[in-house]
Amino acid sequence: MIKIRGLNKWFGDLHVLKDIDLDVIEKEVVVVIGASGSGKSTLLRCINFLEFAQKGKVFIDGKETDRNSRSLHLVRAEVGMVFQHFNLFPHRTVMGNVIEGLTQVKKIPYTQALSQGTELLAKVGLSEKADVYPAMLSGGQKQRVAIARALAMKPKIMLFDEPTSSLDPELVGEVLQVMKTLANEGMTMMVVSHEMGFAREVGDRMIYMDEGRIVEEGAPKELYSNPKNERTKAFLGQII
Amino acid sequence: MFDLPWDFTAIPRFFPGFYVAALLTLQITFFGILVGLVFGLVTGLMRLSTNKLINTPAKFYIWVIRGTPLLLQLMIIYYGLIDLVSIDRMPAAIIGLGVHNGAYIAEIFRGAIQSVERGQREAALSLGMTPSQAMRRVILPQAFKRSVPALGNQFIIALKDSSLASAIAVRELLLRARQMGSATLMMLEMLMIVGIYYLIMTTVLTFLVGRVEKRLQVSDYRD
Repeated sequence: MIKIRGLNKWFGDLHVLKDIDLDVIEKEVVVVIGASGSGKSTLLRCINFLEFAQKGKVFIDGKETDRNSRSLHLVRAEVGMVFQHFNLFPHRTVMGNVIEGLTQVKKIPYTQALSQGTELLAKVGLSEKADVYPAMLSGGQKQRVAIARALAMKPKIMLFDEPTSSLDPELVGEVLQVMKTLANEGMTMMVVSHEMGFAREVGDRMIYMDEGRIVEEGAPKELYSNPKNERTKAFLGQII
Repeated sequence: MFDLPWDFTAIPRFFPGFYVAALLTLQITFFGILVGLVFGLVTGLMRLSTNKLINTPAKFYIWVIRGTPLLLQLMIIYYGLIDLVSIDRMPAAIIGLGVHNGAYIAEIFRGAIQSVERGQREAALSLGMTPSQAMRRVILPQAFKRSVPALGNQFIIALKDSSLASAIAVRELLLRARQMGSATLMMLEMLMIVGIYYLIMTTVLTFLVGRVEKRLQVSDYRD
């Protein structure tokens, strides 16, 4: 589904991604952990080209894409993204947010988009919020709307960039629940998150990144309970 | 009674006689603002471009227009260009006011667009929108809302600045007052009439801008 080869990314003099090779197969759930500044978010952002790597290749579903591709926006449409700060469109209602991609990118007629939107909101448990604006929602509700908005495009893979990091602790569960449901339905997912419970329950693979490199990877339970690399050990010791 | 040199009873008597001039003032202002909004949006977007060939002309336009008086600009358009093109006084006033306000409105739009969080554009792009779709559907609506207070302010300035069109012989309120003042020898009274007209118009404009601001706030309500 995703193939990354020799990816290198610099922000000015700062080398944030170093020779990243990564494959994510269909229906796989990959959890990425690492300290802030380790490059995990940048890696995610390179996959849907919100950032462009200076070196290396990214293949989405077999197609190579780079910043000059004319169909860049179409590739992005196949890669759903959920952000730490939700990034809902504040000037549109909850339903407006969910169907924006359907009507604008997929050009689906409004009434048809509406019925799909209704289904999606039911799926994330927010049917009764269709007509309110994002400002009226809690953080957890906002993030569930954001997930529904991304799902509306029927993406081949979903990227989650610290989806619960800006939530109050009591709201984390509802978002993780939606993500678990998605994982169990067979969605291919790449999740930057330190939610170990989630990683152990639905994660197929866990990747530990440090200073722009993938230092260690393995089954979440194994990596978690028996890390081989010293830095992984130290990091896991810190976050528990 | 004191013997004042003025006859303020002339104010209500002559007030209706300024009606046509007031309409002219409104016309110059309205179309001037319209031209200004178009110029402002285009220039504001050009100014934000990372392409030097696009942002340099925009910067140059803003630099020249903001750095010289409107009165001078009006005179250049109406008198100065006479050998090149002869522009009627009304169109000259509208173009002058429009081009002048465009430079300020460009900066208002630029600031408002830049104030929209980066994440908004990223969310739009991640849904598969093109950069121009993201601008149109996501960034501009939010930027426009944020620019309303500053735009309202600029519109009020434009309304008052339209009085400078009197210098190129447009018989708007101020020129009408000066002509009537000379004719009736009641200069202060006539100028006061015009002052009242301006106050009424700016008050109504302020009210309208406030209404628009309120309307655009629906998405901010929390309960």
